[in-house]
Amino acid sequence: MKSGLDAPICLTWELTYACNLACVHCLSSSGQRDERELSTEQAKAVLDELRDLQVFYINIGGGEPMVRRDFFEILEHSISNGIGVKFSTNGAFIDKKNAERLTAMDYLDIQISLDGTTAEVNDAVRGEGSYATAITAMENLRDAGFGQFKISVVVTRHNVDQLDEFKALADSFGAQLRITRLRPAGRGADTWNDLHPTNAQQRQIYDWLLAHGENVLTGDSFFHLNAFGESLPGLNMCGAGRVVCLIDPLGDVYACPFVIHEDFKAGNVLDDGGFTKVWRASDLFLELREPQSAGACASCGAFDACQGGCMAAKFFTGIPLDGPDPECVGGDGEKLLGAVPVALLPRPSMDHSKPARIKVNS
Amino acid sequence: MTLTLESACEMHPQVALRPEPFGALAYHYGNRRLVFLRHPDIVRVVRNASTYPTLRDALAGEGVEEQRWPSFVKALSSLTTSEIIRVR
Amino acid sequence: MGLGGGTLIGMEQDTPQTQVTEQVEATEAVVTEELLVEEISIDGMCGVY
Repeated sequence: MKSGLDAPICLTWELTYACNLACVHCLSSSGQRDERELSTEQAKAVLDELRDLQVFYINIGGGEPMVRRDFFEILEHSISNGIGVKFSTNGAFIDKKNAERLTAMDYLDIQISLDGTTAEVNDAVRGEGSYATAITAMENLRDAGFGQFKISVVVTRHNVDQLDEFKALADSFGAQLRITRLRPAGRGADTWNDLHPTNAQQRQIYDWLLAHGENVLTGDSFFHLNAFGESLPGLNMCGAGRVVCLIDPLGDVYACPFVIHEDFKAGNVLDDGGFTKVWRASDLFLELREPQSAGACASCGAFDACQGGCMAAKFFTGIPLDGPDPECVGGDGEKLLGAVPVALLPRPSMDHSKPARIKVNS
Repeated sequence: MTLTLESACEMHPQVALRPEPFGALAYHYGNRRLVFLRHPDIVRVVRNASTYPTLRDALAGEGVEEQRWPSFVKALSSLTTSEIIRVR
Repeated sequence: MGLGGGTLIGMEQDTPQTQVTEQVEATEAVVTEELLVEEISIDGMCGVY
């Protein structure tokens, strides 16, 4: 797998940078639509290419993908071409009518984002009212008979104690829980210091997954925690540019959704040769598929298990890519944090955040 | 479920096989299960099992040496868990 | 649905050794012989939403 395949196994496709929310850790710094976003026809052409490559399944996100007026059209084009879809949403647009419309569709998975089992914890990250919005969407899906949807959580310092409650919430809806790692990507670059779990909390996450995680998904995002001992399920490697990638709303192809940065851009789907050529022949992806050096981690016994962790986490915290993960469970990454002045750290390539509203007292 | 050499089985109709250098990716559209079939021989057996009366016939017909049959039966049995293979 | 992790099945005894990949070794058994099948969750790949 590390040397890559002729086509991705699955991939993330961010449909738009527009979003009705402004989550403080948004990996894509979303908020406002970009005028260069792919048209409906361009989007369908991408799907046709993915069909020809026999990509079985894609993960649609954004921003908030349901904001796009052609959302259902794109969904239906994907499914009718044999590409199953999971889309990730904050739930704002899953009213009763849409819940019924989605229920009527096949080969479709829905993932509702939630970062707290109380409005207090969730809304601090995702904005006032977002907890209620998500729960309402879940209720609408349940009432429409959608069947099993997913609840996806970004684990933070402030919700790690709610893991049992997240499981109970998912169980109450017959939903599948998914917990994923926070990366310092997008707006997450600015909030990572405040939000990322402490090393003790990482141990808590790892122990919880071993004890309770049998039906809990992780997106293989905690493979750096394998250094604690028994490996968690999954490919346990960085899939970026090897088995997965990101297509952004502009058609730019990045190694993964957590490295929206020029250094990790492989090309654009509108280039000659389309997505296929980018996947198979771009310099970046060919380089990622070369054997990677263990570098500074070569002498560490845990390297086989943790693989040196997450490229995105290292990149945006200024750690060399052949160095330890900033959340290395052995503490080797923590020592390197702060080595690069904040002003010199890599910044996300684009920022589609909505301007902050300033309240004026009259 | 444990298959035997006398089992009649087939690849589930909702499964797609994507050729890979190592063999194939098998993906079940209905349950989203994904399996790497890591040898061309197991790929052929999975793909063609429906055309043989029994697994024994399939393994013989696809040119799998007899000493490998127990491993193949075990592998195919595991594929019933993901419903990539089903009894017919 | 119960999407799970990687599982090694169908270890062969007498066939020539084929290429072994590291993520396979991260699951239960130490691989010294040919593999036939390995299940991976569609969610089990890092770098996807």
